[in-house]
Amino acid sequence: MRRILLAVLAMTVALAAEAGVKIQHWVAPSGARVYFVETHDLPILDIDVSFAAGGVYVPAGKTGLAGLTQGLLGAGAGDLDEEAISERESDIAARLGGSSDSDRASLTLRTLSYPKEREAALDLLRLVMTRPTFPEAVLAREKARTVAAIQEADTKPDAIAAKRFAAAIYPGHPYGLSATVESVGGITRDDLVAFHRDHYAAGRAAVSIIGDITRAEAEHIAQSLTESLPAGVPETPLPAVTLPKAETIKVAHPATQSHIHVGLPAVKRGDPDYFALLVGNYTLGGGGFVSRLMKEVREKRGYAYSVYSYFAPKRIEGPFEIGLQTRREQAADALKVASEVLAGFLKDGPTAAELAAAKKNLIDGFGLRIDSNAKLLGYLSTIGFFNLPLTYLDDFPARVAAVTAKDVREAFARHVKPEHLVTVIVAAD
Amino acid sequence: MNMKKALLAAALLLPGMLLANPHEKQLANGMRVIVKEDRRAPTVVHMVWYRAGAMDEKDGTSGVAHVLEHMMFKGTKTVKAGEFNKIVAEAGGRDNAFTSLDYTAYFQIVPKAALPRMMALEADRMANLSFKPEDFASEIKVVMEERRMRTEDNPQSLVHEALGATAFKAHPYRRPIIGWMDDLENMTWQDALDWYRHWYAPNNAYLLVVGDVDHQKVFRDAERTYGRIKAKPLPARKPQNEPGQTGVKRVTVKAPAKLPYLSMAWKVPRLRDIDKDRESFALEVLAGVLDGTDSARLPRNLVRGQKVAQSAGAGYDGTVRGEALFMLVGQPAEGRTVAELETALRGELARIRDEGVKEEELTRIKTQIVASQVYKRDSMMAQAMEIGGFEAAGFSWRNHDKLLDRLRSVTPEEVQAVARKYFGAGSDDRLTVAVLDPLPLDQAKPRPDAKSGVATRH
Repeated sequence: MRRILLAVLAMTVALAAEAGVKIQHWVAPSGARVYFVETHDLPILDIDVSFAAGGVYVPAGKTGLAGLTQGLLGAGAGDLDEEAISERESDIAARLGGSSDSDRASLTLRTLSYPKEREAALDLLRLVMTRPTFPEAVLAREKARTVAAIQEADTKPDAIAAKRFAAAIYPGHPYGLSATVESVGGITRDDLVAFHRDHYAAGRAAVSIIGDITRAEAEHIAQSLTESLPAGVPETPLPAVTLPKAETIKVAHPATQSHIHVGLPAVKRGDPDYFALLVGNYTLGGGGFVSRLMKEVREKRGYAYSVYSYFAPKRIEGPFEIGLQTRREQAADALKVASEVLAGFLKDGPTAAELAAAKKNLIDGFGLRIDSNAKLLGYLSTIGFFNLPLTYLDDFPARVAAVTAKDVREAFARHVKPEHLVTVIVAAD
Repeated sequence: MNMKKALLAAALLLPGMLLANPHEKQLANGMRVIVKEDRRAPTVVHMVWYRAGAMDEKDGTSGVAHVLEHMMFKGTKTVKAGEFNKIVAEAGGRDNAFTSLDYTAYFQIVPKAALPRMMALEADRMANLSFKPEDFASEIKVVMEERRMRTEDNPQSLVHEALGATAFKAHPYRRPIIGWMDDLENMTWQDALDWYRHWYAPNNAYLLVVGDVDHQKVFRDAERTYGRIKAKPLPARKPQNEPGQTGVKRVTVKAPAKLPYLSMAWKVPRLRDIDKDRESFALEVLAGVLDGTDSARLPRNLVRGQKVAQSAGAGYDGTVRGEALFMLVGQPAEGRTVAELETALRGELARIRDEGVKEEELTRIKTQIVASQVYKRDSMMAQAMEIGGFEAAGFSWRNHDKLLDRLRSVTPEEVQAVARKYFGAGSDDRLTVAVLDPLPLDQAKPRPDAKSGVATRH
């Protein structure tokens, strides 16, 4: 063991962070878009394959299908059953992972980059991605587990609040839907097979690769992972978001704390206002202990342990949200303070000092965002999936530096309109 | 597997440099400085660990270690309340702190140029903390909100709190880290200050720096900052050993939920001597056979095979200051009962006790151990946490490779032997079982804030 660690140390050289990250991009013969960063300082290879196969693409009434499809890729593939797959994964200490949200379904792989482990891990990833068998018995079991998890989540104030908030700000839109006992109950094996066939296609995929391989190896890997994917259907435009009317929704719950969410659909990925919103939100509620919400709600009044705001850009307008939890008796007071902070910020924007502090943190702290292969993989995947400029990371500091207080005010005025702000309070008195 | 050969081949590259990294130096005041150079990115993790955690508290002031952790951001003689966070943020960094049963630790992750400033700030609050009573009055409310969020409204947390309080009657691990709500309501500015004065001293702390640094420079900067603080006598630490348990203990928690939850904890040995204690390593490997990867026995047999569990897990941490527990936890699958799940979990232990484990299961665990060390190199914070946690339990980072070697040398016979010894006949006498009895939402009433119903003071 000691020698192994030593060898890793000996290979350590400076990551490209200081000189900028060199992202190589090409389209594989399969049609998949590929994003690659070559770095040999650790004997590790990380891969993320993201498909336009999130919840938004699911047929009406089948909410939960995207997550089940992604979750069951490893439940049987080719000639292997789920036990054989998990054994192979463990035998080479590979980490196969995956996730599914409203826009995308992602498969991730971390493996040692030594040829034998790497090849075995890539074989496994290729198999579960391209030849899943979705066995009936496993589907039945996983449906039952999903239903139980839904019923459990429906007792938890934070989960209830998140669901109700999504439903309220996206009325009639798939972004607002959550899986239910009924929707999951109605999902069949044919649904999974069809969803995989239509959406896990090379033309809908962004392949991100970072680690201890060469460009030639990366080209080979990207093609071999995606060449036998189904042909799929082309991506279609997503339904437009209708902004909700301002309202307050109260949900009864016996919790000691009220869970409060305030927000609305706000911004798409790639929106030119993104950097103004990012810089502005740092001051409002994104900058941790130094944000206005934290100072007013927590530091001055002791109303909450956690209070924050964020923008989560998606394919189409993703949410802006303020969140906090507070002792239920003082929920109205805490909400009033948070609302006043937001109103004040919308009216006047950041002060010169706040703007300077926000930029300093975001620019000087930029290196912290990309100081590991795992973090860089996340950026590669986002850049690839949303077709952001390849220079996104290089441009980041300059884009932040260019933001003015006027930019922030105007961007907030365009994206956070009080007449559309929805408030959800779970465990309200 | 083949991986071992590949790793061995890689290992032959440059032998003899092992002791080159990390580096350690002890300051004259007793504070140890541990530096691990990692130059992949121009950032640094800077952490100070105090060997004072919830286990060092007294009844009546439970939670004070964690409360003081909050107060450490409330100013010194020269730095105003909130200023610490502001300076870190403007340097492009982020910072936080965490409290455990065994220790309290503070960290900043910053661009490397900011490290000397962080060392000066952290050293300043080690010696010169000065928080106002009104800041305490406000922050204790924040901590109570934190308790509501983490514990009061989280049924599984309530179960684990009840489990600790039931398993131990004398040992301080019986108290929750966050503290009892009543103790928080009655905590004073003076309680927090006393805690600081007793435990915050260079001779009760160690500094960890991981990142793009030169260790000699860090040592020099440490001399100039932490080195100027005087050592002081620390309060006596009584062992407070738990008396022998004489029968199974069971406790039930009712809370709003849908699924029941089961947590079983056996008192087992912790690691004391890396060279002599083989049982602790065998227990850790046993936990790995049961849980840790998808191919481990609990997910395979109970979740997927018998379908008796919605989820199931096992855990053992032998590198602790206090008492060690071997834990099995889980939620029964829909239509199955807690009793059935308990029987199934016990069945898995019994199978290992009676039939042993397969060589291939151990090989898999050992492969995971090796790979985890390689993967960990991708995160400076993960490397710092590994060293910090190991040191907190009283071990030196110098022995960490030895610990991994020992783990990899565990045999199937040793795993079966600890299964027989600690989970065989009579082992229920060392067992505590805590169960969540789900309360339908419409039967659960909003509770008054404290158990006593007394309104918050301050």
